[in-house]
Order: sequence, then C-alpha cells, then structure tokens
Amino acid sequence: MTEATTDGQPLPYPFGDGRQIDLEQRYAELRDTPGLVKVQLPYGRDCWLATRYEDARTVLGDPRFSRAAAVGPDVPRPNPEQPGDGGILMLDPPEHTRIRGVASRAFTARRVEEMRERTRALVERLVDEMVGHGAPADLVAHVALPLPVLVICEMLGVPFADRDDFQRWSSAFLSTTLLPPETVVEYGGALRDYMSELVEQRRAEPADDLISAMLRASDEQGRITRDELVTLAIGILVAGHETTATQLPNFVYVLDRERDQWDLLRERPDLVPRAVEELVRWVPLGVSSAFPRYAKEDVEVGGVLVRAGEPVLAAIGSANRDERVFPDADRVDVLRESNPHIGFGHGPHHCLGAQLARMELQEGLRALVTRLPDLRVAVADDELDWKSGMFVRGFRELPVTW
Amino acid sequence: MSGQRWSVEVDREACIGSGMCAGSAPAFFELVDGRSRPLRAEVDADDEVLGVAESCPVEAILVRDVATGAQLAPEE
Repeated sequence: MTEATTDGQPLPYPFGDGRQIDLEQRYAELRDTPGLVKVQLPYGRDCWLATRYEDARTVLGDPRFSRAAAVGPDVPRPNPEQPGDGGILMLDPPEHTRIRGVASRAFTARRVEEMRERTRALVERLVDEMVGHGAPADLVAHVALPLPVLVICEMLGVPFADRDDFQRWSSAFLSTTLLPPETVVEYGGALRDYMSELVEQRRAEPADDLISAMLRASDEQGRITRDELVTLAIGILVAGHETTATQLPNFVYVLDRERDQWDLLRERPDLVPRAVEELVRWVPLGVSSAFPRYAKEDVEVGGVLVRAGEPVLAAIGSANRDERVFPDADRVDVLRESNPHIGFGHGPHHCLGAQLARMELQEGLRALVTRLPDLRVAVADDELDWKSGMFVRGFRELPVTW
Repeated sequence: MSGQRWSVEVDREACIGSGMCAGSAPAFFELVDGRSRPLRAEVDADDEVLGVAESCPVEAILVRDVATGAQLAPEE
C-alpha cells in the first residue's frame, strides 16, 4: 500500500489546459509509479486518480463504485457548479439500467448500421459543399459539426433549424470555466424548456423518432417519468453531437501530423474502421478526467486501499496509453489489431452512443480520405484555435486545404 | 413472471467487452478475458437480466423463456 505522492500533498489537477493533442507527460510517470496518486481538482475535495488500464477499468466497471454517491459540494470537479441533474451519468444500477434501457435499443449496432447509408450520403454532400466553398475552409463548420448534429436531430426528432439555439444552450453542459455560473444556469434552463416543449408536441402528435418512442415507454409502459425523459433527451442531444464534432477534426490533425498513417488510409480506405478505433484510443478527448466514482465499501485498486466514501477518477486517456496492454502505446498505428481501448468508457456508463459515434467517425473519415486525398491542415501549430474552458480538447476551427 | 425460467447466453464473438452487463448486473454476468459470460445458463425470470440484455450495445445477450423457447431479448 503506497502513495505515489512523495510529500503526501495531492497533485494539482488537471495536468494541463488541454491546448495540445498530446497526452500530458505526467501520466506516463504516474503509470510507472506504484499505487494510486491523490490529486486536487479546482473544486471539491481531494481524489484518487487511476492512470493504469486495469485500475481505470476497475474504477469504471466494478459495482462497488458508485456514481450516484457523487453529489454535494465536496465532489471533485473542474467547474464551480455543483453536479445537478446529470441524468443517467449520475445514477447507479438498477435505476440506471431502467432509464437507459428506454433509449438504448435505438443505439445498438444493428440500428446504427441501418443509418449508415443515409449518413454516407450526408457526409458526401457536406464535403461537396466545403469543396464548393473553396480552400482553405473550416473543417469544423463545414463537416465535423453539421454531420453529428444532422444525424442526432433526425434520430431524436429535434428540428435542425433550431441548431443555433440548442448548440448555444448545450455549452452549459460542456463548459468547465468557459461560461460564468449564472449563464450555465440560464442556458441549462432554456434547453430544458425547449426540450419539454418538444416532448409535449410529440405527445400530441407522435412521429417516427426517438422522442416519440421514449414517450411510449413513458406513457404506455410507465418505465420512466416525464422529467426523466426530458433529461434523457437533453443528454442524448448534447452528448450526441459535441464529441463526434470535436473528434473528427482531432483525427484529421493527428493524421496530418502522422502523414504516413494518412497515406496508408488513402491507399487502403478499408482500414478506416481500424483507424477510428486507434484514434479513439490515442486522442485524449477529455482535458481532465471527470465524473468521479465513490467507493461504496473498501476496495483495493492498484495496490491502494480506497476507503468507503472516497472518490476515484479514472484517467481514460492515460489508460489507453498503457504499455501493459498496448505495445508501443504512444504511437498512432492504424494497423493495430488488438485494441481493447476504453475511449468510450467501460461498465454501466459505457457510452450510450458509442456505435453511432463509430459509424459517424468512420463515414466522416472515409469521405475525407477518399474524396480529398491531399487534405492538409492549413495553419501552423502556433495558429491553431483551441477550445478552452471546456471538458473536451479540440479545435473551435480547423482550417484545411486539399 | 413468477415461476418462469429464462436461459441466458452471451455471444462471445459479438461481445465487445463494454462491461455494461457485468457492471450493471454482477449477479448474472462476469467479464472473463475481457468478454462477458453469464454466471448461470438458466435463471429465474428477472427484470434486471432483461434490462441489461436490452442495453447491450451489440445485442450479444440472448434471453429466452425456457418453457416456450420464445426470445425475450434482444427485440426481434
């Protein structure tokens, strides 16, 4: 039983501001240090940090850890607001299973596969429009953002025309320090009002969309309450676009830097699905590990006894670079065969939209390598426009040429 | 559902090891070498089993009514 901190003081966390694609160097040192490390986030109490693959998976997947216990002013977090009604990410089984199950059938591999052809046509059109605009063009605005927004709008039944409003309000759920607390409250309320109204509309006039399907589960089967439904729909809308919209430009940036890997995909677009897995593994999307798990009883993790009631964060980006599981882990290798990454999480909270995100990223990347084989990032590294004060790392804009 | 017996199978080829079932219903599923496996092939009918079977992202969990053979999950 050892602690990785030499002087017993928690390390200030996160280890960087996320304005870089490379994982902060500190994680590599911690992975090779026995035990867990104690860190101190900007808000809340100190917290254990699990940086190795096995330890991170234990924290995320072992039922002795709870998300529901992560409430109150002491919860370790990068943002000043106390965790509020975060929906399914703040629930434990069996409540979690009950509510998530209302939506999960819409996100299975089988259902997502049925959406692939339409998504492919959609990406082709977006790429055409970007080419029509002429180089250089912003990959985020032209392709990476409209792609998942259009898909999730159609799936949920949210009007695409409302995107400016709901994208602005969504930032309330994505901000760490970007927005002042009163704006977070204001936007969160606005999005809730918007979604409540949409749900009422669908109740009066059902359509062939996920909101209507969830309403049937609510009204006919009594599986969830109206409030739970609205929260779930908001979660799907927000999580359903920001991550894919951020990751696709990240992938293009990394492949531009590792040009031999891009060239390999140009020659062999059949490698795109494998490349997506590799890039989900390699790109540390989160600026800071988030959503601590609380031990419900004493649990040994990585040689440390985590006491009942203590919070632990799983460093997913670090776990995905663990040499014990991924040989040559810091290298981007689109040919990598065994790739049990936890980029979509692990355990009960494994990303609900993982299969959808995979499909969108595959179709997005496939369209770019086949249609624009000479695609390059159009600005130097010191001119990159990084997101700031948000949970995810990536670009606000990414100018590209082809 | 009382008295019903269900059979539970996991397609280990399809399983992606998300840990959804083992983490949500540890009384029924466990991860072995990164893939899920039912702890028992036959169980008393239980909503928890159906819930996680419906939540499996790749529909790798097959639940049947033992008496009738009817497929309860995944939805056909």
